[in-house]
Amino acid sequence: MSASYSSGRFSAVLFKEFIQMRRDRMTFAMMIALPIIQLILFGFAINNDPKNLQTYIEMNDTGPVSRSFLAAMQNSKYFDFQGIVANTEQIDAVLKDGRAAFVISIPEGFERAVLRGDRPSLLVIADATDPAASGNAVAALNQLVSSSLQGMTDTVLQSLAARPPPFSVIVHNRYNPAGVTSYNIVPGLLAIILSMTMVMITAMAIVRESERGTMEALLSTPARPIEVMLGKILPYVVIGYVQTLVFLGMALLLFEVPFNGSWQSFLIGVNVFIVVNLALGFLFSTVARSQMQAMQMSFFYILPSILLSGFMFPFSGMPIWAQYIGSAIPTTHFIRIVRKVMLKGGEIAEIVPDLMALLVIMVIITGLAMLRYRQTLD
Amino acid sequence: MNGSAAIAGDPTGKPVIEVSGLTKRFGDKTVVDHFDMSVPKGAIYGFLGPNGSGKTTTIRMMCGLLTPDSGAGTCLGYNILTQSHLIKEHVGYMTQKFSLYEDLSIRQNLDFIARMYRVPRRTERVENALEELGLADRASQLAGQLSGGWKQRLALAACLLHDPQLLLLDEPTAGVDPKARRDFWDEIRRLSDRGVTVLVSTHYMDEAIQCDFIAYIAYGRKLIDGEAAGIPGQVGLVTWRVEGPKLAALAEELTGQPGVEQVARFGAALHVSGTDAAALAATVSKLKKTGKRTWKQQPAGLEEVFIHLMAGSQDNFAGRSPT
Ligand SMILES: Nc1ncnc2c1ncn2[C@@H]1O[C@H](COP(=O)(O)OP(=O)(O)O)[C@@H](O)[C@H]1O
Ligand SMILES: [Mg+2]
Repeated sequence: MSASYSSGRFSAVLFKEFIQMRRDRMTFAMMIALPIIQLILFGFAINNDPKNLQTYIEMNDTGPVSRSFLAAMQNSKYFDFQGIVANTEQIDAVLKDGRAAFVISIPEGFERAVLRGDRPSLLVIADATDPAASGNAVAALNQLVSSSLQGMTDTVLQSLAARPPPFSVIVHNRYNPAGVTSYNIVPGLLAIILSMTMVMITAMAIVRESERGTMEALLSTPARPIEVMLGKILPYVVIGYVQTLVFLGMALLLFEVPFNGSWQSFLIGVNVFIVVNLALGFLFSTVARSQMQAMQMSFFYILPSILLSGFMFPFSGMPIWAQYIGSAIPTTHFIRIVRKVMLKGGEIAEIVPDLMALLVIMVIITGLAMLRYRQTLD
Repeated sequence: MNGSAAIAGDPTGKPVIEVSGLTKRFGDKTVVDHFDMSVPKGAIYGFLGPNGSGKTTTIRMMCGLLTPDSGAGTCLGYNILTQSHLIKEHVGYMTQKFSLYEDLSIRQNLDFIARMYRVPRRTERVENALEELGLADRASQLAGQLSGGWKQRLALAACLLHDPQLLLLDEPTAGVDPKARRDFWDEIRRLSDRGVTVLVSTHYMDEAIQCDFIAYIAYGRKLIDGEAAGIPGQVGLVTWRVEGPKLAALAEELTGQPGVEQVARFGAALHVSGTDAAALAATVSKLKKTGKRTWKQQPAGLEEVFIHLMAGSQDNFAGRSPT
């Protein structure tokens, strides 16, 4: 009987954790403030659909078509014409030192080619260091091609306008050819926020017991590891829910990220991911000797999960070895789940592969944590 | 008196703690070295030794908190290697460092511990403990705000909640004022009279002489153990008691003389002790001629023995000293 699981002891640990959590106002505030601050920092920096982007023009030809197109660009409010550049060197210069977000290059003989029906191309060179910032403007360009010709009196051009566009726009992204969009980043932030707080807070909460010496008293009671583990982890599941709610509120209302998929698949994904992170925090706590170490280990883990998970850089663009590492990180799979669900309208069936991956990682981590968890002070 | 009472109480009973060959290494440092101990039921067993000698480590191994590298034994009849969860149910372990939650209130701490031991009629037990402690009106104060003496009383109350048969007290009175220490020992006596076995580590001499049995450890090795009354005989210490004028000067003169290992002041007398009886006698007869003092040989008391033992070993953190 004594060796058996006791829900009384489990709930005793649970209850104690909640009291301590409430006492520790600082950490508690951090857990709530962190998602808000991160979302504001990351979210606004990328998602505010910036207008009036500085634009330079390389005029190698002029005529009604290009004038009309440039006027349409100006009217769209996305582009703010700063001046003329004469050659490639100048183009490079204005882009490099950040004076220009865009350079529009009108090629020689452009007007005649349009009238002949050759359907030439306009070159738009974009500074894509912050792809989210320029994304909307780029998207607007193609729209502008047809709308720019709408008001033209020339019948030839009108007839051209009716058919497939008389010229096209080629966008050259400088500095970040992959061009991640803002919608990609906000859902990814949920994964980052959750793994940052969940892993770190659990690891620290458990190491705190060793550091303050209370682990010795806890271990000298007949508590079983599973009772301690569950009791210590569950309060933070609740915190995870609160963070998710805060995130959803901000993502949907403030950043107007669409939510196209099913709530069920979202909830399943979130739950599994939270548990994986808590188990990972628990595992870290069995290795770390001080709260400081626990924190360092958590940061050490956060770094690859930001860089290799597909949050910052497109996953498929990474070298193979990095993809292997990335696949072992829970964040990678959760980011895919959230993006699929929120942006691409994913249903359960579509998230199954990543869910499976998360479950496998969870089983491994939990197993390791239970193996490493010592009922002694050795 | 207590020693005989305890033994008389349960002369045939199996020892509550019976360990042999306990060894613990941290890295390449052997912290506890082939340690044997047998603690009879109902006894107050004093565990003595300088700082870093391995007392805490030994106690932790006996209640299953540390795994010995070698050795075996039983505690309350349970195997210390395989049945630590059963041992924990019946042992009250008071750690050297305060190990309750400083950010929980006094009542919350007691309640938590009671729940961990699944104490029946928990709320009642906790309230009773608070009453007995005299902390009922401060029960919602944080444990971290208590003074050292109160923390120690709270810790004792916490490890008594589940009516343990064995108490392991690791330097329970370190840093506690004398009055609180006396009260604490009164409580230990009461518990012992009720049949609870107590193993208590200490380095206060006045506490050591209150114990029925004593084991002395230095550098992880047990130097001596047995019934308190028999310890001086085991050590083989000879003591001369000197009374008369100018004892301070005499004490200085004695120090370093052949056979003199220890000079201690006891009220109006000096106790001069050594293990080499002949050398000491020679020195004494030489000094008898100087001054009008009375010299008398007498059996060494526990006090002298402990001063002797403690003087022989400084803090043990640095590692084994050459012998
Ligand atoms: N977990 C540990 N890791 C390494 N060394 C330890 C550990 N615990 C104790 N020691 C060392 O073992 C020796 C004995 O310590 P301890 O049992 O606490 O002695 P005591 O309780 O008699 O003061 C000390 O030198 C101490 O530094
Ligand atoms: Mg100690």
